[in-house]
Amino acid sequence: MPKELLDSKEIKRALTRISHEVIERNKGIDDLCLVGIQRGGVLLAKRIASIVESIEDRSIDTGTLDITFYRDDFHQALKQPVVKKTDIPCSITDKTVVLVDDVLFTGRSIRAAMDALIDFGRPAQIQLAVLIDRGHRQLPIRPDYVGKNIPTSFNERIEVELEEDNKRDRVTLVSKKKKE
Amino acid sequence: MFESKDLLGIKDLSPEEISYILDTASNFKDVLKRDIKKVPPLRGKTVVSLFFEPSTRTKTSFALAAKRLSADFVNFSVSTSSVVKGESIRDTALTIQSLGADFVLIRHSSSGVPHFLSKIVDMSVINAGDGANEHPTQALLDLLTIQSHKKSFKGLSVSIIGDIAHSRVAKSNIYALTKLGAHVRVICPPTLMPADVNRLGVEVYHSIDDGIKDADVIMTLRLQLERQTKGYLPSLREYFKLYGINHDRVKLAKKDAIVMHPGPMNRGVEIASSVADGPQSVILEQVTNGIAVRMAVLYLLGGVRK
Amino acid sequence: MTVLIKNGRIIDPSQGIDGRKDLLIKSRKIEGIYAAGKAPKTDKIIDASGCIVIPGLVDMHTHLREPGFEYKETIYTGTMSAVKGGITTVCCMPNTSPINDSVSITQFILDKAAKEGACTVYPIGAITTGQKSEELTELEALLKAGCIAFSDDGMPVINSLIMRRALEYSKIFNVPIISHCEDMELSKGGVMNEGFVSTILGLKGIPKSAEEVMVARDISLCELTKGRLHIAHVSTKGSVNLIRDAKKRGVNVTAETCPHYFTLTDESLISYDTNLKVNPPIRTEQDVAAIKQGLKDNTIDVIATDHAPHHFDDKDREFDAAAFGISGFETAFALGLGLVDQGILDLTEFIRKFTITPSHILRIDKGSLSAGADADVAIINTETTYTVDSLNFISKGKNSPFHKWKLKGIVEKTIAMGKVYDWR
Repeated sequence: MPKELLDSKEIKRALTRISHEVIERNKGIDDLCLVGIQRGGVLLAKRIASIVESIEDRSIDTGTLDITFYRDDFHQALKQPVVKKTDIPCSITDKTVVLVDDVLFTGRSIRAAMDALIDFGRPAQIQLAVLIDRGHRQLPIRPDYVGKNIPTSFNERIEVELEEDNKRDRVTLVSKKKKE
Repeated sequence: MFESKDLLGIKDLSPEEISYILDTASNFKDVLKRDIKKVPPLRGKTVVSLFFEPSTRTKTSFALAAKRLSADFVNFSVSTSSVVKGESIRDTALTIQSLGADFVLIRHSSSGVPHFLSKIVDMSVINAGDGANEHPTQALLDLLTIQSHKKSFKGLSVSIIGDIAHSRVAKSNIYALTKLGAHVRVICPPTLMPADVNRLGVEVYHSIDDGIKDADVIMTLRLQLERQTKGYLPSLREYFKLYGINHDRVKLAKKDAIVMHPGPMNRGVEIASSVADGPQSVILEQVTNGIAVRMAVLYLLGGVRK
Repeated sequence: MTVLIKNGRIIDPSQGIDGRKDLLIKSRKIEGIYAAGKAPKTDKIIDASGCIVIPGLVDMHTHLREPGFEYKETIYTGTMSAVKGGITTVCCMPNTSPINDSVSITQFILDKAAKEGACTVYPIGAITTGQKSEELTELEALLKAGCIAFSDDGMPVINSLIMRRALEYSKIFNVPIISHCEDMELSKGGVMNEGFVSTILGLKGIPKSAEEVMVARDISLCELTKGRLHIAHVSTKGSVNLIRDAKKRGVNVTAETCPHYFTLTDESLISYDTNLKVNPPIRTEQDVAAIKQGLKDNTIDVIATDHAPHHFDDKDREFDAAAFGISGFETAFALGLGLVDQGILDLTEFIRKFTITPSHILRIDKGSLSAGADADVAIINTETTYTVDSLNFISKGKNSPFHKWKLKGIVEKTIAMGKVYDWR
């Protein structure tokens, strides 16, 4: 049975806090844009954007980024990739880009995302916001905004389910079956 | 999804596989619109082209596709007469493999050569045109082009005009379009019609006016000019009169029909300049899409476990 | 040296024999056939229990490749391969290098066969010098040297007038002109049968008409000249029909086909296997059915192999550039036996078409177990199945489309000119 780590309310609270921190740290939202990483980060970026917009009362540029072409495990992956949409709606050069992802694990996706992002321009700085940090980093990557730190063992899996996917908002911990 | 290490033809692909390639290609189309038109997935991989027939555009398109995926691209130049000289293609292929290539792009005047090589080498073999058999990436880029202008392939009426008997482009397109549910008509003089072609699920016409009527897509093929000397046609002039795509004929098709040509064009032989340069022509778009499709093919085959 | 073959079922169509009898061989000749257990004591006894004992097969259409293409086959390997297949008489086509259009080449072949050959070899001389379709060869000299028929196999006599002259002139000697029927313009560039499968494969097709127009021409010339015409390797329904009609009219025409033409269809080429590349090409189901009917109603008189061995390198390449031909000796009998299993021919009829009928057409004393005949015998187990492994062929030509096929009928022993070959 999956173990529930965050419920709907807790997710909302975490995202609200992250939104405030983003505004605070950057002293407003001038020259700021949010980029969600496909798939899990995209919906979260949109939620953060709407919270930020309601606080600041103005719109913020929000994009999506597919990192499939930048992954370092392409030739080892068992499944063939399904590439999703990349949509960066504004120039990111000289802007502060906040990358948004659902779960931070080894750090490899973020490495890929930074490479992908830099192909679109030269941001002034890149920040990282994640809902869950579960540890086990394999690269020197550190998030700027964290919803919740959750210690896990390597073989477990974290699942983030959201209303936008016709599910109930929640984050669960699933123990992975032993390899056959 | 992709089982084979090779792309030998459209014939053996399922509709799902074709759609998968097209979906992937659409993403590369977006990549090609960026300032930096390069992504890293094939970094460290080597693509070698082995063309036994001269072709500038297909080779260039593949070269750009490979480079935009960050692969190394090398051309293995072969004299076109190597077959005559008795050079063994088996040895050439094994040599390329030993040089460390991961992909070989093969074009050959003899049908079945990619199939032959695929059994010999471990690297991925991509058919860049074999004899009168197939030219799968051309058909895929044609499909990608049609897709951006038409809602669906289901029920779409496509008229293919030209030297069907010797055209691998026509063959691959017939396979691809019929698999995706399009309705294909082939139009050409009986001398250039392959035997029992109707059994491929197409309608056969000798009159262009009947064959082009109400078409959604007009696809005209390059006529090899030497067909005239081999008795297939009395003259190029007569061919243009009977089968050339001109303004009046385009009007017989649907109002929003698109006109396609795999290039290089013989203006005034199979297509009038006014049509080639006209508003319904998508010929240059096909060229652009060629890179995206070839990127998708290289990328997807690169992910197949060997 | 006397040998008795006992306990076998002797089938000899030339004498109308089919029964459990014993066959006595004395040195290089057949001594006679005896009721079981009634033969005199011999030096050696061969137990043929469970086997048929038949005249050594007569293959009137083969390519031994020597002289000139010894890397593909030699007279030694070719005849050994034939003997392995139960064939004890081979007639070799003249398209060697140099072409067998002169007495010296004929003599070379016969000398070599006498020295190294495992069985009897009869050369077939060229109809025209250099197979160029221009001038007739010296038929008399070639016959005297040992040729038994004439053919420009592989290179048809494209000049109709020369073909007419050949059919006329050969009447002096009462020998057949064997015609490889192919209109070279219609077949130009073709590598397989023209039809739906060639369309799918994108390979240039050879239309059936390429064969049929020449069959029609040669039948017409045969009718005109009253010469003796033998149509080689019939592959199409149209040819069968033309020959059947001609025979009904009393034209002096005979015909042969090969195992691949009654066994395979062009659908099998779908993998671009060059071992299926042969000329004339493998045709369609309709043609196979017509050929079977032709064999049944004796429109097609003879089964021959058209054994055409090639080196691995000649086949292991692009389809267009690969050589035409099938290595046929070592699978021919088993494939023919398939016709018997399908009820097309009975066993005697099948054996007749592979023994005494070709002997009669060529007027040679072969293909019979009658007393005084050459001691050429095949002992064959017709019930056991085996898997073909072309790599184990004795022939240098491993180019068989039947590799890995399961076939019924194993040649257990062959006796060629009195010499016993035991294959088990």
